Amino acid sequence: MSTIGRAWYAIWPPLLIIVLLLSLWQLAVVLLGIPEFLLPAPLKIAAAIGRDPTRLFTAAGRTAIAMLLGFACSATLGVLVGSGLSLVPLARRGIYPLTLLLQMVPLVAIAPMLVVWFGYGKPSVIAAACIVSIFPVIAGTLDGLQSVDPGLRELFRIYGAGRIRTWWLLGFPAALPSIFTGLRIAAGLSVIGAIVGEFVGAFGGDRAPLGAVITSALRQNHTDVVFAAIVLAAMLGFLLFGVVNLVGWASLRRWHASAQ
Amino acid sequence: MDSPAPGVTLRDISKRFGPQIEAVANLNLELPPGRFTALLGPTGCGKTTVLRMIGGLETPDRGTIEFTPPSPAVGYCFQEPRLLPWRDVQGNVSLPLELARVDRTQRSQAVDSAIKLVQLTDAANRLPGALSGGMRMRTALARTLVSRPQLLLLDEPFGALDEVTRLQLDEELAGLIRNRNVTALLVTHSITEAIFLADQVIVLSSRPAAVMKRFEIDFPVRDAKLRTTSEFASLTGQVYATLQAGMENRA
Repeated sequence: MSTIGRAWYAIWPPLLIIVLLLSLWQLAVVLLGIPEFLLPAPLKIAAAIGRDPTRLFTAAGRTAIAMLLGFACSATLGVLVGSGLSLVPLARRGIYPLTLLLQMVPLVAIAPMLVVWFGYGKPSVIAAACIVSIFPVIAGTLDGLQSVDPGLRELFRIYGAGRIRTWWLLGFPAALPSIFTGLRIAAGLSVIGAIVGEFVGAFGGDRAPLGAVITSALRQNHTDVVFAAIVLAAMLGFLLFGVVNLVGWASLRRWHASAQ
Repeated sequence: MDSPAPGVTLRDISKRFGPQIEAVANLNLELPPGRFTALLGPTGCGKTTVLRMIGGLETPDRGTIEFTPPSPAVGYCFQEPRLLPWRDVQGNVSLPLELARVDRTQRSQAVDSAIKLVQLTDAANRLPGALSGGMRMRTALARTLVSRPQLLLLDEPFGALDEVTRLQLDEELAGLIRNRNVTALLVTHSITEAIFLADQVIVLSSRPAAVMKRFEIDFPVRDAKLRTTSEFASLTGQVYATLQAGMENRA
């Protein structure tokens, strides 16, 4: 099967389900007469995007930048922290349980504190995206490094390889499948983190990102705009997930069963 | 110029794994420099433990292991190929040199010649997943030989292969080692493999491993015809009888 054929084979079932669900949604709103402020119909949401595309796409662009920077931060720090924890057993025992806090503490509760610490604007939004998405990367990296074939570790010992060389030439490549699993989860979470961060920490007005557009549209009862912003945010998440998936596939396809 | 092949002396070596398993007890063993020794013994007798202790992968509970001269360069070939699945044949063979920080030009020459030696030049860019069992083992052998080790430790490297491939690789290994200034120790439970490859065969008793008998092997030529000679058959019979006696003693 060609690459396009394979892509189409993977895409058509969810696409069909989406079309069916949207049709049902449209029908339900029209037939049951659901008021627009409760649940706008899909065509209304599309119309909201069409009415003011510049504002919404600019907002999506701003959120995308915060999401990407937050994801880059969680990917880099997550791999570094996971690797550090794997290299130093005492740190692993002492610090790893504490990293769970990043997963357990609700982001909505600490988001206002991020504004206090980092101020209004991008830094607090990026921090929110990073904090919410870092744990899966740490856990994926650590799991991957802990699961390296002991036989291969022995081989490196025979050749007198130090810890860092063993990490670089053995641990890191062997952990890549697990790291990419963490990164895929982090991709979805980083958009959630960015939006929540923007709820409390973003500037409004013409330069407002999606999170601020949502809060302002809610105040004015423009639920079609709220849903339009949600659709765009979800698309950003999908896009980042797709890119991470593609990079993972390209890195692993030659040797790992998960990408073949 | 190559450094001299090392001699290895094991004195009163003992090793336990937990309170129940005494793998090796008061073992004394001599690996003469530049010679090929084979350790033969029943399954689970502790021969791999002896090899791992010499390779530094296990520490003896008691006794000493002396290398003369000290700290020789060791090449270790495991029972399984242990290849990095993301590296092709070339990348896997080059690993010991990368870890020893050998420069790129020297590394590339050494890797090419090691791959040529094991007849894998056509498969140099293939990943382990695309190799047969025999080719993977050849790659592991090239990786072991690429850094020109002075002490070669072979832990049943062809044990998992079919008989024909195994015999063929034994012949190749005999040719590869013959002209090298290297001390080698092979652990195996194949009598014919031990006699075919080694200059001395040491038969170990059942666990805990102790030396039962030493056979000096002196065949000037090691080729496929050797296995059909009456001397080879006679020696095989003698080694077999010693091995069987050791097992009966245990029973």
